[in-house]
Amino acid sequence: MKHKEATGREFKPLEHVMVPEHEVLDKNEIDKILAGYNIEKEQLPKIYDSDPAAAAIKAKVGDVIRIIRQSPTAGRAVFYRMVIKSSK
Amino acid sequence: MSLSEKTIEETVSTLPLPDKIISNLSNELKKTRVTKKQLDEVIERALAAYENSRIPPCEAAGVVSAQSIGEPGTQMTMRTFHYAGVAEINVTLGLPRLIEIVDARKNPSTPMMTIFLEKEYAFDRDKARELAWKIEATYINSLGNTSTDITEMKIIIELNKKALNQRNIEVEELAGKIEEELGIPVSSSGTTLTMGPEEPSYRQLLQLGKQLRTVTLKGIKGIKRVVIRKEESGEYVLYTEGSELKQVLGIDGVDNTRTRTNNVNEIFEVMGIEAGRAALIHEATETLNEQGLTVDIRHLMLVADIMSVDGEVKSIGRHGISGEKASVLARAAFEVTVSHLLDSGIAGDVDELRGVTENVIVGQPIRLGTGNVRLISKKAT
Repeated sequence: MKHKEATGREFKPLEHVMVPEHEVLDKNEIDKILAGYNIEKEQLPKIYDSDPAAAAIKAKVGDVIRIIRQSPTAGRAVFYRMVIKSSK
Repeated sequence: MSLSEKTIEETVSTLPLPDKIISNLSNELKKTRVTKKQLDEVIERALAAYENSRIPPCEAAGVVSAQSIGEPGTQMTMRTFHYAGVAEINVTLGLPRLIEIVDARKNPSTPMMTIFLEKEYAFDRDKARELAWKIEATYINSLGNTSTDITEMKIIIELNKKALNQRNIEVEELAGKIEEELGIPVSSSGTTLTMGPEEPSYRQLLQLGKQLRTVTLKGIKGIKRVVIRKEESGEYVLYTEGSELKQVLGIDGVDNTRTRTNNVNEIFEVMGIEAGRAALIHEATETLNEQGLTVDIRHLMLVADIMSVDGEVKSIGRHGISGEKASVLARAAFEVTVSHLLDSGIAGDVDELRGVTENVIVGQPIRLGTGNVRLISKKAT
Protein backbone atom coordinates (compact mmCIF):
# COMPACT_ATOMS: atom_id res chain seq x y z
CA MET A 1 0.00 0.00 0.00
CA LYS A 2 2.76 2.37 0.98
CA HIS A 3 4.55 1.51 -2.17
CA LYS A 4 1.53 2.34 -4.27
CA GLU A 5 1.32 5.85 -2.93
CA ALA A 6 5.03 6.34 -3.39
CA THR A 7 4.93 5.75 -7.12
CA GLY A 8 1.70 7.67 -7.60
CA ARG A 9 0.25 4.93 -9.73
CA GLU A 10 -3.33 4.01 -9.36
CA PHE A 11 -4.64 0.60 -10.25
CA LYS A 12 -7.92 0.74 -12.14
CA PRO A 13 -9.65 -2.62 -11.70
CA LEU A 14 -12.00 -2.11 -14.63
CA GLU A 15 -9.08 -1.90 -17.07
CA HIS A 16 -7.79 -5.35 -16.17
CA VAL A 17 -8.53 -8.13 -18.62
CA MET A 18 -9.96 -10.33 -15.87
CA VAL A 19 -12.55 -7.76 -14.79
CA PRO A 20 -15.66 -7.66 -16.99
CA GLU A 21 -17.75 -4.58 -17.66
CA HIS A 22 -19.66 -3.30 -14.62
CA GLU A 23 -22.46 -0.72 -14.68
CA VAL A 24 -24.97 0.58 -12.15
CA LEU A 25 -28.60 0.22 -13.22
CA ASP A 26 -31.35 2.78 -12.69
CA LYS A 27 -34.64 2.05 -10.97
CA ASN A 28 -36.68 1.32 -14.11
CA GLU A 29 -34.17 -1.15 -15.45
CA ILE A 30 -34.01 -2.97 -12.12
CA ASP A 31 -37.79 -3.36 -12.04
CA LYS A 32 -37.83 -4.64 -15.58
CA ILE A 33 -35.12 -7.22 -14.87
CA LEU A 34 -36.72 -8.40 -11.63
CA ALA A 35 -40.09 -8.74 -13.35
CA GLY A 36 -38.41 -10.67 -16.16
CA TYR A 37 -36.95 -13.23 -13.77
CA ASN A 38 -39.94 -13.03 -11.43
CA ILE A 39 -37.77 -12.57 -8.34
CA GLU A 40 -37.13 -10.09 -5.53
CA LYS A 41 -34.02 -7.93 -5.53
CA GLU A 42 -32.60 -9.83 -2.54
CA GLN A 43 -32.55 -13.02 -4.56
CA LEU A 44 -29.90 -11.68 -6.94
CA PRO A 45 -26.28 -12.69 -6.45
CA LYS A 46 -24.35 -10.24 -4.29
CA ILE A 47 -21.36 -7.98 -4.57
CA TYR A 48 -19.74 -6.10 -1.68
CA ASP A 49 -19.74 -2.30 -1.63
CA SER A 50 -16.04 -2.57 -0.83
CA ASP A 51 -15.44 -4.64 -3.96
CA PRO A 52 -12.77 -2.84 -6.03
CA ALA A 53 -14.82 -3.09 -9.22
CA ALA A 54 -18.01 -1.88 -7.51
CA ALA A 55 -16.13 0.95 -5.84
CA ALA A 56 -14.69 1.97 -9.21
CA ILE A 57 -18.18 2.65 -10.58
CA LYS A 58 -19.26 4.23 -7.28
CA ALA A 59 -22.02 1.73 -6.55
CA LYS A 60 -23.89 2.15 -3.28
CA VAL A 61 -25.54 -0.43 -1.03
CA GLY A 62 -28.84 -1.49 -2.57
CA ASP A 63 -27.80 -0.74 -6.16
CA VAL A 64 -27.93 -3.42 -8.81
CA ILE A 65 -24.90 -3.84 -11.03
CA ARG A 66 -25.06 -5.25 -14.52
CA ILE A 67 -22.00 -7.28 -15.41
CA ILE A 68 -21.28 -8.10 -19.02
CA ARG A 69 -18.87 -10.99 -19.22
CA GLN A 70 -17.04 -12.37 -22.18
CA SER A 71 -18.00 -15.98 -21.82
CA PRO A 72 -16.14 -18.79 -23.59
CA THR A 73 -19.42 -20.64 -24.09
CA ALA A 74 -22.03 -17.99 -24.81
CA GLY A 75 -19.85 -15.19 -26.17
CA ARG A 76 -21.50 -12.44 -24.22
CA ALA A 77 -23.15 -13.20 -20.89
CA VAL A 78 -25.11 -10.72 -18.81
CA PHE A 79 -25.13 -11.12 -15.05
CA TYR A 80 -26.59 -9.06 -12.23
CA ARG A 81 -25.40 -8.51 -8.70
CA MET A 82 -26.94 -6.57 -5.86
CA VAL A 83 -24.59 -4.39 -3.81
CA ILE A 84 -24.51 -5.32 -0.12
CA LYS A 85 -22.58 -3.97 2.82
CA SER A 86 -19.28 -5.73 3.31
CA SER A 87 -19.12 -7.69 6.57
CA LYS A 88 -15.60 -6.42 7.21
CA MET B 1 -31.48 -17.00 -55.77
CA SER B 2 -29.07 -16.69 -52.91
CA LEU B 3 -29.39 -14.02 -50.26
CA SER B 4 -26.97 -11.17 -49.69
CA GLU B 5 -24.68 -11.18 -46.66
CA LYS B 6 -26.53 -8.25 -45.19
CA THR B 7 -29.93 -9.93 -45.14
CA ILE B 8 -28.41 -13.06 -43.63
CA GLU B 9 -26.78 -11.07 -40.90
CA GLU B 10 -29.96 -9.14 -40.16
CA THR B 11 -32.14 -12.22 -39.90
CA VAL B 12 -29.65 -14.24 -37.87
CA SER B 13 -28.81 -11.48 -35.40
CA THR B 14 -32.38 -11.20 -34.16
CA LEU B 15 -32.63 -14.88 -33.20
CA PRO B 16 -33.06 -15.75 -29.52
CA LEU B 17 -29.64 -17.43 -29.29
CA PRO B 18 -26.38 -16.68 -27.46
CA ASP B 19 -23.98 -14.30 -29.21
CA LYS B 20 -21.44 -16.95 -29.97
CA ILE B 21 -23.91 -19.21 -31.77
CA ILE B 22 -25.22 -16.25 -33.74
CA SER B 23 -21.77 -15.23 -34.93
CA ASN B 24 -20.84 -18.81 -35.84
CA LEU B 25 -24.09 -19.23 -37.68
CA SER B 26 -23.80 -16.05 -39.69
CA ASN B 27 -20.15 -16.72 -40.53
CA GLU B 28 -20.99 -20.17 -41.84
CA LEU B 29 -24.02 -18.95 -43.75
CA LYS B 30 -22.02 -16.21 -45.43
CA LYS B 31 -19.58 -18.77 -46.78
CA THR B 32 -22.29 -20.87 -48.44
CA ARG B 33 -24.84 -19.40 -50.78
CA VAL B 34 -28.29 -19.95 -49.37
CA THR B 35 -31.74 -19.15 -50.58
CA LYS B 36 -34.46 -17.71 -48.36
CA LYS B 37 -36.05 -21.13 -48.03
CA GLN B 38 -32.77 -22.77 -47.06
CA LEU B 39 -32.02 -20.01 -44.57
CA ASP B 40 -35.36 -20.52 -42.90
CA GLU B 41 -34.71 -24.21 -42.60
CA VAL B 42 -31.21 -23.69 -41.20
CA ILE B 43 -32.61 -21.30 -38.62
CA GLU B 44 -35.42 -23.64 -37.70
CA ARG B 45 -33.01 -26.52 -37.17
CA ALA B 46 -30.50 -24.39 -35.28
CA LEU B 47 -33.22 -23.25 -32.90
CA ALA B 48 -34.40 -26.82 -32.42
CA ALA B 49 -30.84 -28.02 -31.77
CA TYR B 50 -30.26 -25.23 -29.30
CA GLU B 51 -33.50 -25.94 -27.47
CA ASN B 52 -32.58 -29.60 -27.38
CA SER B 53 -29.16 -29.00 -25.87
CA ARG B 54 -30.35 -26.64 -23.17
CA ILE B 55 -30.50 -28.04 -19.68
CA PRO B 56 -34.13 -28.79 -18.79
CA PRO B 57 -35.80 -27.16 -15.80
CA CYS B 58 -35.38 -29.09 -12.52
CA GLU B 59 -32.34 -30.96 -13.81
CA ALA B 60 -29.78 -31.74 -11.10
CA ALA B 61 -27.06 -29.60 -12.66
CA GLY B 62 -24.92 -29.61 -9.53
CA VAL B 63 -24.75 -33.38 -9.31
CA VAL B 64 -23.78 -33.62 -12.97
CA SER B 65 -21.03 -31.06 -12.39
CA ALA B 66 -19.79 -32.84 -9.30
CA GLN B 67 -19.49 -36.12 -11.17
CA SER B 68 -17.96 -34.52 -14.24
CA ILE B 69 -15.19 -32.99 -12.15
CA GLY B 70 -14.93 -35.86 -9.69
CA GLU B 71 -14.38 -38.66 -12.18
CA PRO B 72 -11.36 -37.06 -13.92
CA GLY B 73 -10.18 -36.16 -10.43
CA THR B 74 -9.66 -39.87 -9.74
CA GLN B 75 -7.14 -40.00 -12.56
CA MET B 76 -5.08 -37.08 -11.38
CA THR B 77 -1.66 -37.48 -9.91
CA MET B 78 -1.40 -37.44 -6.18
CA ARG B 79 2.12 -36.14 -6.37
CA THR B 80 2.14 -32.56 -5.17
CA PHE B 81 5.11 -30.86 -6.74
CA HIS B 82 6.18 -30.47 -10.25
CA TYR B 83 8.42 -28.07 -12.05
CA ALA B 84 5.98 -26.74 -14.60
CA GLY B 85 8.28 -26.55 -17.63
CA VAL B 86 7.71 -22.81 -17.68
CA ALA B 87 10.66 -21.01 -16.12
CA GLU B 88 11.56 -23.74 -13.63
CA ILE B 89 9.22 -22.35 -10.99
CA ASN B 90 7.87 -24.88 -8.57
CA VAL B 91 4.08 -25.04 -8.57
CA THR B 92 1.51 -27.32 -6.99
CA LEU B 93 -0.29 -29.32 -9.63
CA GLY B 94 -2.80 -32.09 -9.96
CA LEU B 95 -5.27 -33.10 -7.32
CA PRO B 96 -3.72 -31.13 -4.42
CA ARG B 97 -3.97 -27.95 -6.50
CA LEU B 98 -7.60 -28.64 -7.43
CA ILE B 99 -8.42 -29.17 -3.75
CA GLU B 100 -6.65 -25.91 -2.95
CA ILE B 101 -8.80 -24.08 -5.50
CA VAL B 102 -12.16 -25.39 -4.32
CA ASP B 103 -11.12 -24.85 -0.71
CA ALA B 104 -10.42 -21.20 -1.58
CA ARG B 105 -7.28 -21.25 0.58
CA LYS B 106 -6.10 -17.83 1.65
CA ASN B 107 -2.49 -18.86 1.13
CA PRO B 108 -1.92 -21.45 -1.59
CA SER B 109 1.18 -23.57 -1.05
CA THR B 110 2.97 -22.25 -4.13
CA PRO B 111 1.85 -18.72 -4.94
CA MET B 112 3.10 -17.55 -8.30
CA MET B 113 2.68 -14.43 -10.38
CA THR B 114 2.84 -13.77 -14.08
CA ILE B 115 3.93 -10.18 -14.53
CA PHE B 116 3.46 -8.61 -17.92
CA LEU B 117 5.37 -5.46 -18.68
CA GLU B 118 4.43 -2.25 -20.41
CA LYS B 119 5.56 -1.82 -24.01
CA GLU B 120 8.77 0.11 -23.40
CA TYR B 121 9.92 -2.55 -20.91
CA ALA B 122 8.54 -5.68 -22.49
CA PHE B 123 10.91 -5.83 -25.47
CA ASP B 124 14.06 -4.62 -23.76
CA ARG B 125 15.96 -7.27 -21.88
CA ASP B 126 17.93 -4.81 -19.73
CA LYS B 127 14.87 -2.87 -18.67
CA ALA B 128 13.02 -6.09 -17.89
CA ARG B 129 15.96 -7.23 -15.79
CA GLU B 130 16.00 -3.91 -13.96
CA LEU B 131 12.33 -4.34 -13.09
CA ALA B 132 12.94 -7.89 -11.97
CA TRP B 133 15.51 -6.64 -9.45
CA LYS B 134 12.99 -4.09 -8.24
CA ILE B 135 10.50 -6.84 -7.55
CA GLU B 136 12.66 -9.65 -6.18
CA ALA B 137 13.33 -9.35 -2.46
CA THR B 138 17.02 -8.83 -1.81
CA TYR B 139 18.63 -9.86 1.46
CA ILE B 140 22.08 -9.10 2.75
CA ASN B 141 23.33 -12.58 1.95
CA SER B 142 23.13 -11.94 -1.77
CA LEU B 143 25.00 -8.65 -1.54
CA GLY B 144 28.12 -9.65 0.35
CA ASN B 145 29.74 -11.59 3.13
CA THR B 146 28.73 -10.98 6.71
CA SER B 147 31.14 -11.74 9.50
CA THR B 148 30.94 -11.21 13.25
CA ASP B 149 33.89 -9.79 15.14
CA ILE B 150 33.43 -11.00 18.69
CA THR B 151 36.36 -9.11 20.21
CA GLU B 152 35.15 -5.77 18.81
CA MET B 153 31.44 -6.57 19.23
CA LYS B 154 30.82 -5.65 15.61
CA ILE B 155 29.20 -7.07 12.54
CA ILE B 156 31.18 -6.47 9.39
CA ILE B 157 29.66 -6.73 5.94
CA GLU B 158 32.00 -6.97 2.98
CA LEU B 159 29.82 -5.92 0.07
CA ASN B 160 30.19 -7.34 -3.38
CA LYS B 161 30.62 -4.48 -5.85
CA LYS B 162 29.28 -6.49 -8.75
CA ALA B 163 26.15 -7.54 -6.92
CA LEU B 164 25.49 -3.95 -5.91
CA ASN B 165 25.89 -2.64 -9.44
CA GLN B 166 23.69 -5.35 -10.82
CA ARG B 167 20.91 -4.45 -8.46
CA ASN B 168 21.58 -0.72 -8.75
CA ILE B 169 22.05 -0.12 -5.02
CA GLU B 170 24.40 2.53 -3.55
CA VAL B 171 26.41 1.75 -0.42
CA GLU B 172 25.03 4.80 1.44
CA GLU B 173 21.50 3.91 0.48
CA LEU B 174 22.04 0.42 1.83
CA ALA B 175 23.54 1.71 5.09
CA GLY B 176 20.57 4.06 5.52
CA LYS B 177 18.13 1.26 4.90
CA ILE B 178 19.74 -1.01 7.48
CA GLU B 179 19.85 1.87 9.99
CA GLU B 180 16.18 2.52 9.47
CA GLU B 181 15.17 -1.12 9.81
CA LEU B 182 17.33 -2.10 12.77
CA GLY B 183 17.51 1.24 14.56
CA ILE B 184 21.27 1.22 15.06
CA PRO B 185 23.98 3.39 13.52
CA VAL B 186 25.83 1.89 10.55
CA SER B 187 29.19 3.21 9.44
CA SER B 188 30.43 2.68 5.92
CA SER B 189 33.87 2.92 4.37
CA GLY B 190 34.28 1.94 0.75
CA THR B 191 32.35 -1.28 0.33
CA THR B 192 32.51 -2.26 3.98
CA LEU B 193 29.67 -1.73 6.44
CA THR B 194 30.21 -2.00 10.20
CA MET B 195 27.62 -1.98 12.94
CA GLY B 196 27.30 -3.08 16.52
CA PRO B 197 24.59 -3.45 19.16
CA GLU B 198 23.83 -0.51 21.44
CA GLU B 199 25.14 -2.34 24.48
CA PRO B 200 28.00 -4.74 23.97
CA SER B 201 26.59 -8.17 24.79
CA TYR B 202 26.98 -11.45 22.95
CA ARG B 203 23.29 -12.10 23.01
CA GLN B 204 22.46 -8.82 21.34
CA LEU B 205 25.21 -9.26 18.82
CA LEU B 206 23.89 -12.63 17.77
CA GLN B 207 20.35 -11.34 17.63
CA LEU B 208 21.43 -8.44 15.48
CA GLY B 209 23.10 -10.82 13.08
CA LYS B 210 19.90 -12.81 12.82
CA GLN B 211 17.77 -9.72 12.29
CA LEU B 212 20.11 -8.40 9.64
CA ARG B 213 19.58 -11.47 7.53
CA THR B 214 15.78 -10.96 7.47
CA VAL B 215 15.78 -7.31 6.39
CA THR B 216 14.40 -6.80 2.89
CA LEU B 217 16.91 -4.39 1.41
CA LYS B 218 15.33 -4.03 -1.98
CA GLY B 219 12.27 -5.40 -3.74
CA ILE B 220 9.04 -6.73 -2.34
CA LYS B 221 8.96 -8.88 0.72
CA GLY B 222 7.37 -12.19 -0.13
CA ILE B 223 8.70 -12.43 -3.68
CA LYS B 224 11.39 -15.02 -3.34
CA ARG B 225 12.49 -15.31 -6.91
CA VAL B 226 11.88 -13.67 -10.26
CA VAL B 227 12.49 -15.44 -13.53
CA ILE B 228 12.55 -13.60 -16.83
CA ARG B 229 11.33 -15.43 -19.85
CA LYS B 230 11.01 -14.43 -23.46
CA GLU B 231 7.67 -15.43 -24.85
CA GLU B 232 7.08 -16.49 -28.43
CA SER B 233 5.77 -13.01 -29.18
CA GLY B 234 9.23 -11.63 -28.37
CA GLU B 235 7.94 -10.03 -25.20
CA TYR B 236 9.67 -10.53 -21.87
CA VAL B 237 7.44 -11.77 -19.06
CA LEU B 238 8.40 -12.09 -15.40
CA TYR B 239 7.41 -15.14 -13.40
CA THR B 240 7.72 -14.93 -9.64
CA GLU B 241 7.80 -17.33 -6.77
CA GLY B 242 5.62 -15.72 -4.13
CA SER B 243 2.75 -13.36 -4.81
CA GLU B 244 2.13 -9.73 -3.83
CA LEU B 245 -0.27 -8.53 -6.49
CA LYS B 246 -1.16 -5.20 -4.97
CA GLN B 247 2.42 -4.08 -4.50
CA VAL B 248 3.58 -5.32 -7.87
CA LEU B 249 0.79 -3.43 -9.62
CA GLY B 250 2.12 -0.26 -8.02
CA ILE B 251 5.48 -0.55 -9.75
CA ASP B 252 6.06 1.56 -12.83
CA GLY B 253 6.51 -0.50 -15.94
CA VAL B 254 4.24 -3.35 -14.85
CA ASP B 255 1.29 -3.86 -17.17
CA ASN B 256 -1.70 -3.21 -14.93
CA THR B 257 -4.16 -4.76 -17.33
CA ARG B 258 -2.73 -8.25 -17.70
CA THR B 259 -0.56 -9.06 -14.67
CA ARG B 260 -2.01 -11.92 -12.66
CA THR B 261 -1.40 -14.33 -9.81
CA ASN B 262 -2.46 -17.89 -9.10
CA ASN B 263 -3.76 -16.84 -5.69
CA VAL B 264 -7.52 -16.55 -6.20
CA ASN B 265 -8.15 -14.74 -2.93
CA GLU B 266 -5.60 -12.11 -3.77
CA ILE B 267 -7.25 -11.48 -7.11
CA PHE B 268 -10.61 -11.17 -5.37
CA GLU B 269 -9.23 -8.62 -2.92
CA VAL B 270 -7.46 -6.52 -5.50
CA MET B 271 -9.81 -6.74 -8.48
CA GLY B 272 -13.16 -7.80 -7.10
CA ILE B 273 -15.48 -10.75 -7.11
CA GLU B 274 -15.94 -10.98 -10.87
CA ALA B 275 -12.21 -11.26 -11.41
CA GLY B 276 -12.14 -13.79 -8.57
CA ARG B 277 -14.72 -15.87 -10.36
CA ALA B 278 -12.75 -15.67 -13.60
CA ALA B 279 -9.59 -16.67 -11.72
CA LEU B 280 -11.32 -19.71 -10.19
CA ILE B 281 -12.41 -20.90 -13.63
CA HIS B 282 -9.00 -20.20 -15.13
CA GLU B 283 -7.05 -21.97 -12.40
CA ALA B 284 -9.32 -25.02 -12.34
CA THR B 285 -9.25 -25.40 -16.14
CA GLU B 286 -5.48 -25.00 -16.24
CA THR B 287 -5.01 -27.60 -13.52
CA LEU B 288 -7.22 -30.12 -15.31
CA ASN B 289 -5.79 -29.42 -18.76
CA GLU B 290 -2.24 -29.74 -17.51
CA GLN B 291 -3.09 -33.28 -16.45
CA GLY B 292 -4.50 -33.99 -19.88
CA LEU B 293 -8.07 -34.10 -18.69
CA THR B 294 -10.91 -32.34 -20.44
CA VAL B 295 -13.83 -31.22 -18.35
CA ASP B 296 -16.52 -29.07 -19.93
CA ILE B 297 -15.93 -25.54 -18.77
CA ARG B 298 -19.63 -25.19 -17.88
CA HIS B 299 -19.16 -27.48 -14.89
CA LEU B 300 -16.27 -25.40 -13.61
CA MET B 301 -18.27 -22.23 -14.23
CA LEU B 302 -21.09 -23.58 -12.09
CA VAL B 303 -18.67 -24.30 -9.26
CA ALA B 304 -17.10 -20.84 -9.59
CA ASP B 305 -20.55 -19.22 -9.69
CA ILE B 306 -21.61 -20.92 -6.47
CA MET B 307 -18.35 -20.02 -4.79
CA SER B 308 -18.71 -16.35 -5.71
CA VAL B 309 -22.47 -15.85 -5.43
CA ASP B 310 -22.40 -14.09 -2.05
CA GLY B 311 -19.89 -11.43 -3.06
CA GLU B 312 -16.78 -13.14 -1.75
CA VAL B 313 -14.87 -16.27 -2.67
CA LYS B 314 -16.22 -19.03 -0.44
CA SER B 315 -14.89 -22.52 -0.14
CA ILE B 316 -16.86 -25.62 -0.94
CA GLY B 317 -17.09 -27.55 2.30
CA ARG B 318 -17.72 -27.28 5.98
CA HIS B 319 -16.55 -23.69 6.34
CA GLY B 320 -18.16 -22.49 3.14
CA ILE B 321 -21.06 -23.50 0.94
CA SER B 322 -22.01 -26.79 2.61
CA GLY B 323 -21.71 -25.33 6.09
CA GLU B 324 -24.15 -22.55 5.29
CA LYS B 325 -27.02 -24.62 3.99
CA ALA B 326 -30.35 -23.66 5.51
CA SER B 327 -31.34 -27.22 6.35
CA VAL B 328 -30.08 -28.80 9.56
CA LEU B 329 -30.34 -32.31 8.16
CA ALA B 330 -28.37 -31.41 5.05
CA ARG B 331 -25.57 -29.96 7.15
CA ALA B 332 -25.62 -32.90 9.55
CA ALA B 333 -25.43 -35.30 6.61
CA PHE B 334 -22.25 -33.65 5.38
CA GLU B 335 -19.79 -33.35 8.23
CA VAL B 336 -19.70 -33.08 12.06
CA THR B 337 -23.17 -34.59 12.34
CA VAL B 338 -23.56 -34.56 16.10
CA SER B 339 -22.68 -30.94 16.74
CA HIS B 340 -25.09 -29.73 14.04
CA LEU B 341 -27.97 -31.78 15.43
CA LEU B 342 -27.16 -30.80 19.00
CA ASP B 343 -26.85 -27.08 18.24
CA SER B 344 -30.10 -26.92 16.32
CA GLY B 345 -31.82 -29.04 18.95
CA ILE B 346 -30.85 -26.51 21.59
CA ALA B 347 -31.80 -23.58 19.37
CA GLY B 348 -35.09 -25.19 18.33
CA ASP B 349 -34.42 -24.89 14.60
CA VAL B 350 -37.05 -25.91 12.10
CA ASP B 351 -36.17 -27.80 8.93
CA GLU B 352 -38.39 -26.79 6.05
CA LEU B 353 -37.39 -29.87 4.03
CA ARG B 354 -36.92 -27.92 0.84
CA GLY B 355 -33.62 -29.34 -0.31
CA VAL B 356 -32.64 -32.68 -1.77
CA THR B 357 -30.54 -34.19 1.03
CA GLU B 358 -33.08 -33.65 3.80
CA ASN B 359 -35.87 -35.18 1.73
CA VAL B 360 -33.75 -38.24 0.99
CA ILE B 361 -33.15 -38.58 4.72
CA VAL B 362 -36.82 -38.43 5.66
CA GLY B 363 -37.83 -40.60 2.70
CA GLN B 364 -39.85 -38.13 0.71
CA PRO B 365 -39.64 -37.62 -3.03
CA ILE B 366 -36.91 -35.08 -3.77
CA ARG B 367 -37.74 -31.84 -5.46
CA LEU B 368 -35.79 -32.40 -8.64
CA GLY B 369 -36.84 -33.35 -12.12
CA THR B 370 -40.42 -34.59 -12.13
CA GLY B 371 -40.38 -34.47 -8.34
CA ASN B 372 -40.53 -30.70 -8.51
CA VAL B 373 -43.73 -30.64 -10.53
CA ARG B 374 -47.06 -30.49 -8.75
CA LEU B 375 -50.12 -31.55 -10.69
CA ILE B 376 -53.49 -30.16 -9.80
CA SER B 377 -56.58 -31.39 -11.57
CA LYS B 378 -58.96 -28.83 -12.91
CA LYS B 379 -62.57 -29.21 -11.98
CA ALA B 380 -64.72 -30.12 -14.92
CA THR B 381 -66.88 -27.21 -15.79
